Amino acid sequence: MSDTALPKAPPREMIWGFTGAQSVAFVLMLATLMVAPFVAYPVFLMQVMCFAIFAMGANLLMGYTGLLSLGQAAYFGMGAYVGGYAVQTLHLTPEAGVALGTLTGAAIGAVFGWLAIRRQTIYFAMITLALAQFVNFFAVQDTGFTGGENGMQNIPRGQVAGIISLHSDLHLYVFALVVFLIAFLFVHRVVHSPFGQVVKAIRENENRAISLGYKPAQYKWIVFTIAAGLAGLAGALNALVTHIVTLTDVGNATSGIVVLMVLVGGIGTIYGPLIGAAIIIAMQYYLASFSDWVTVIQGVIFIACVLLFRRGIIGELAAKLKFAL
Amino acid sequence: MMMIFGKPAPLLFGQLLLGIINGSFYAMLSLGLAIIFGLLRVINFAHGALFMVGAFVTWGLHHYLGIGFWPALLIAPVIVAALGLGIERGLIRFTYKLDILYGLLLTFGLALVLEGLFTNGFGSSGVAYNAPDLLSGVVDLGFMFLPVYRGFVIVAAIVICTAVWFTIEKTRLGALLRAATENPSLVQAFGVNVPRLIALTFAGGVGLAGLAGVLAAPLYSVNPNMGSALIDTVFAVVVIGGMGSIGGAILTGFGLGIIQGFTEVFYPPASSVVVFAVMAIVLLTRPAGLFGKAA
Repeated sequence: MSDTALPKAPPREMIWGFTGAQSVAFVLMLATLMVAPFVAYPVFLMQVMCFAIFAMGANLLMGYTGLLSLGQAAYFGMGAYVGGYAVQTLHLTPEAGVALGTLTGAAIGAVFGWLAIRRQTIYFAMITLALAQFVNFFAVQDTGFTGGENGMQNIPRGQVAGIISLHSDLHLYVFALVVFLIAFLFVHRVVHSPFGQVVKAIRENENRAISLGYKPAQYKWIVFTIAAGLAGLAGALNALVTHIVTLTDVGNATSGIVVLMVLVGGIGTIYGPLIGAAIIIAMQYYLASFSDWVTVIQGVIFIACVLLFRRGIIGELAAKLKFAL
Repeated sequence: MMMIFGKPAPLLFGQLLLGIINGSFYAMLSLGLAIIFGLLRVINFAHGALFMVGAFVTWGLHHYLGIGFWPALLIAPVIVAALGLGIERGLIRFTYKLDILYGLLLTFGLALVLEGLFTNGFGSSGVAYNAPDLLSGVVDLGFMFLPVYRGFVIVAAIVICTAVWFTIEKTRLGALLRAATENPSLVQAFGVNVPRLIALTFAGGVGLAGLAGVLAAPLYSVNPNMGSALIDTVFAVVVIGGMGSIGGAILTGFGLGIIQGFTEVFYPPASSVVVFAVMAIVLLTRPAGLFGKAA
């Protein structure tokens, strides 16, 4: 998606790979997230952070690698099931549950990605969608593990390291915030690493990258696995936050929603996924009474984003302010 | 009772029949997708939703206007095609100069809008539509009983697919289409109105989805999700067949339907994923698809 490329960051002093503007944005984000639970409903905020992690992974694929996956819910959902199972049935600690969820997402992503990277663009999108059906059918069929139509219910939040209970929303909020910040800095690191530069080079001109001796397939595979791992992480965290995992979490609608979040926030931006997640989750919360109209509104936003502002909110903002966000 | 491969023959033939019927819809839908993709370079994610609209229009014609199945077979596809024309002129044409994925994202959003609207209007459980009297009932073929309507769907699908194949491969219009697919600017230089050709191609492609929707109305429950339930499989069919050839799309569609039918006999739980398993195998062995060019 080359026409969303951002203006070049001015050669300025970098702190941890952050440009000046990004550091300011980071401090603002941190301050907002610290104050927010005293102003807004913590469970809502935690879901925003879960979906922001999910969307950051999808953005690594869409924005930085130029690969559109329409099956991200498979990794999100399986991460949620495994994370929920680990905490509920195996009585593991929440951090172990989240770690297992991440590994599950990454493992499935490694297998599916290995198949999907054989084709490009629209074929890639269709393959990811089709492969996600495997996971979907598994979730419906294997009622012993996933609970089928009923899903997994009453998942406990457990105690971190067996000591600190996450039962209160505020405790869990701090836990989720830490996980979110780790994921955020990780993604930031990946994007600005030499690896990330090669990935962007492949997106811009695959043939040139090949002629320089890089193997695009390997890079795409690794990014796909990372994105799936982040999806698994987000799913497991979401299971702790909401206490439940349902078929919706592995369903196609969830795959569509994460793409929408990236699109609304800004493809290929660092802060876009968070803003996109906040807007879409807020819509689901506050428009819940309109039930099926939410789907219609989401569809209209999709169309509007494609036709009117392809850069997304953060992308438009960055273009106005003339620096990368 | 006659046994084949250790299974009762009626069961085997019954599932085979269901497989061919599913294959008929895979073929008709993937055909439309392939035609649209060929000229527009857009993979139409709203194809399943427009198939659903075709079924609802058929139901609506009967419910509100008392128009029966036979006229609907003509009217409903025309209405869906007209809707498609509006979608192409109003929305999709603005994505031609963009990255190929934007067309996909746009039609993805369009599918959400259509499904959401119909769910609001008619509920998610859907409505019932009966086959015309002429086509109800069952015939005894000796080795199995064949519901007349199902036989009709198979014959109709074969006729439709053959007609489309003939139009594209053997007529002047088809030659124009193929030429415009190869090199649109050259064809335009010869005085052909290519934008109009593109718009009509999209209308024709989704009209085909609408026609499939009419055929599906008496067979399946007419509900807002009937298209999205089918379209994932159709995409797998498209990946397996490759979008390079019209004949290939038809053969792959029917072939996979039959494979699915047989799987239902021998190992039912696998029947819903067998198409995706075949897709994985094809990707490993022939990444470009059975009939496709690398992309």
